[in-house]
Amino acid sequence: MRQRSPSTTAPGQHTPAVSEPILELRGVNKSFGPVRVLHDIDFTVRAGEVTALVGDNGAGKSTLVKCVAGIHAADSGEIRFAGRPVRIHGPRDAADLGIEVVYQDLALADNLDVVQNMFLGRERGRYGLLDEADMERAARRTLTSLSVRTVKSVRTKVSALSGGQRQTVAIAKAVLWNSRVVLLDEPTAALGVAQTRQVLDLVRRLAEQGLGVVLISHNMNDVFAVADRVACLYLGRMAAEVHTKDVTHGQVVELITAGRSGDLGIARPESATT
Amino acid sequence: MADDETSPTATATPAASLDPDQHHTDQHDSDQHYTDPPAAITDFGIDTTSRSTDEAVRDYWARLRGGDLGPLPALLGLVVLLAVFSSLADTFLTLGNIANLLAQGASITIIAMGLVFVLLLGEIDLSAGTASGVAASVMALHLVKGGNLLGGMGQGVFLAFCAFLLLAALLAAVMRIWAGAAISLVALVIAVIGVPPNPWVEMLLAICVGTAIGCVTGFLVAKVGIPSFVVTLALFLAWGGVVLQLIGQGGTLGLNDDVLFRVANGNLGTAGSWVLCAVAAGGYAAVVLGRHFSRLRKGLVAPPTPLVLTKVGAVVVLAAVGTHLLTLNRSVSDVVVITGVPYVVPIVLVLLVIGTFVLERTRYGRHVYAVGGNREAARRAGIDVARVRMSVFVICSAAAAVGAIVYSSKVGSVDPNAGGGNTLLLSVGAAVIGGTSLFGGKGRLRDAVIGAAVLATINNGMGLLKQPAAVVFIVTGLVLLLAAGVDALSRRRAAAAR
Repeated sequence: MRQRSPSTTAPGQHTPAVSEPILELRGVNKSFGPVRVLHDIDFTVRAGEVTALVGDNGAGKSTLVKCVAGIHAADSGEIRFAGRPVRIHGPRDAADLGIEVVYQDLALADNLDVVQNMFLGRERGRYGLLDEADMERAARRTLTSLSVRTVKSVRTKVSALSGGQRQTVAIAKAVLWNSRVVLLDEPTAALGVAQTRQVLDLVRRLAEQGLGVVLISHNMNDVFAVADRVACLYLGRMAAEVHTKDVTHGQVVELITAGRSGDLGIARPESATT
Repeated sequence: MADDETSPTATATPAASLDPDQHHTDQHDSDQHYTDPPAAITDFGIDTTSRSTDEAVRDYWARLRGGDLGPLPALLGLVVLLAVFSSLADTFLTLGNIANLLAQGASITIIAMGLVFVLLLGEIDLSAGTASGVAASVMALHLVKGGNLLGGMGQGVFLAFCAFLLLAALLAAVMRIWAGAAISLVALVIAVIGVPPNPWVEMLLAICVGTAIGCVTGFLVAKVGIPSFVVTLALFLAWGGVVLQLIGQGGTLGLNDDVLFRVANGNLGTAGSWVLCAVAAGGYAAVVLGRHFSRLRKGLVAPPTPLVLTKVGAVVVLAAVGTHLLTLNRSVSDVVVITGVPYVVPIVLVLLVIGTFVLERTRYGRHVYAVGGNREAARRAGIDVARVRMSVFVICSAAAAVGAIVYSSKVGSVDPNAGGGNTLLLSVGAAVIGGTSLFGGKGRLRDAVIGAAVLATINNGMGLLKQPAAVVFIVTGLVLLLAAGVDALSRRRAAAAR
């Protein structure tokens, strides 16, 4: 019961790491009262890569993200950032490290414009006064660097933007802070085909800029379109962390639903019945 | 919408559009990353920094159709009301009546400006009216009793009053609203030391008491977590009782002080009026134009120059015409001469400028809008939501106290009804009629001024038409209902347009 190898990486995989791990979780546990939500999670995010985090409802994806974002504190285990062990006690700690989370919704204030939203809570200026010119230029520079061409003006109110544009702004907001790891919680869940494409392009571009990107998604098409690696959670355990090109759609779906697929996954999924 | 954008800065790349099908982002060359600012702005291309007047007008039209009406309905209503009343009542458009209208509307305007802050968060302060009554009665009591509040209130009430002020200061300090704590303590010091009566001290005391009241209201809403509707409804009753206690059943406290009397009834001299006109209009023009051209120079998003010039020109001309008219003699008898801009005009203007500056140019103001627009997003952005929520009640009550000074001055006395009756309803009405949303996040201080002008005009005009109070109330209520209806409908429309 105790001794279980949570992450069984596929054997014979190309050993040379593409890049240094920027964020590493080692043996992270988290319980809410009697309910153990995360079991000895090992999870690695590499700079310049998109890591998809998949799993069924209740598998612990959101909890894992919240532990990294500082909203929940992990009960035990180690979090290493850029090789150093770190403690994340609150959202501020995470932000200070350069970890940004883009939530599915709740991220933007409708009544403010793009610039105001991107700098929300971290406005530039002195003595409580706002430096609008500086913020507007920085916002535009960030959007340009991400090749965002769908927002007509940085002074458009967010209420006038479409779902994809909102998601774009939310992601750009995360990039603005020279962040190094961006966690995206179902960024395409509520979007149409064309808008999903826009956002996925943007996700890819984030990785190309050298950020570590974590993409939480239910959509296998999205995962296979942008992710370099897939980490699959199954009932609070890390079933597998594999390269996207080494697995098929079907295998990932099996990992999500049963926790194992052939050689991959949890060795003896006895807990699948409960 | 996309193809006709040919702004000077958008020449490098084809104009983009909101249509997702038209985005071409797959080819992203490395040279697009991290380019220096000027190149970046050109490269951004789609961001039309300076728009033509034509586009601006069309944008505005699109916003209106999208349900973002702003103060437009109120302005149109005001024009209609002015036309109707001036054709029905001969005396309506006389100079004397216009000046009277300004003084009548001033206190409502000021209380409404404070309420805008609260409404911006989607909260309500029903106690603003009677809280202003408490401020007014403490002020009057202090003046009438020669600075001896202990004698005026009686020992028990005085101790409770001091304890309340101390509590307010503590609560403000707990929430790190230092200004609120300091101002509450000033009231405590004035009360305990027994500062001799002086019109300026009285006004300061009123504002300090108002601030202290706001600290307590705000704490109950923001930290204890009682819905603002319930807290302020309870306090509405309680403060009404406090006013009665302080003044006594059937009593009246006269404000026999020249300075206090002149706040709402005095006028600036002719020279002073023109200085005010020059400072206000000139200042407005300087600020707006300075900002506009600085934005243009830096290549930031700016409205079209002709539109800005028209707006500034209109304000300057209106200010000059208004000042000229108000410096003419408007006395109906030959014995006295009444000229000059009423003092309430600069008072309202100063509060309007300060409040607008705070809301639109400071970090705090930005946070108020953010919390009102999306509280959860604000919280996740690291904004101290509870502190912002508490602070707006402090501002609202402080503004209500200023309004109390003005209406007490207008009547020349404070009676147990001070701030009761429909003071609050008219103030909330003014803010909402002007275009402040009851759902939070939308509204500006000028809305309160425009809305109060509408209500004051209705009151004044109906009075001149010799309509009974019943009709005035019914019409005012219907106008408020209409405004709230427009707000709700435009909100639905905006939601549907998404």
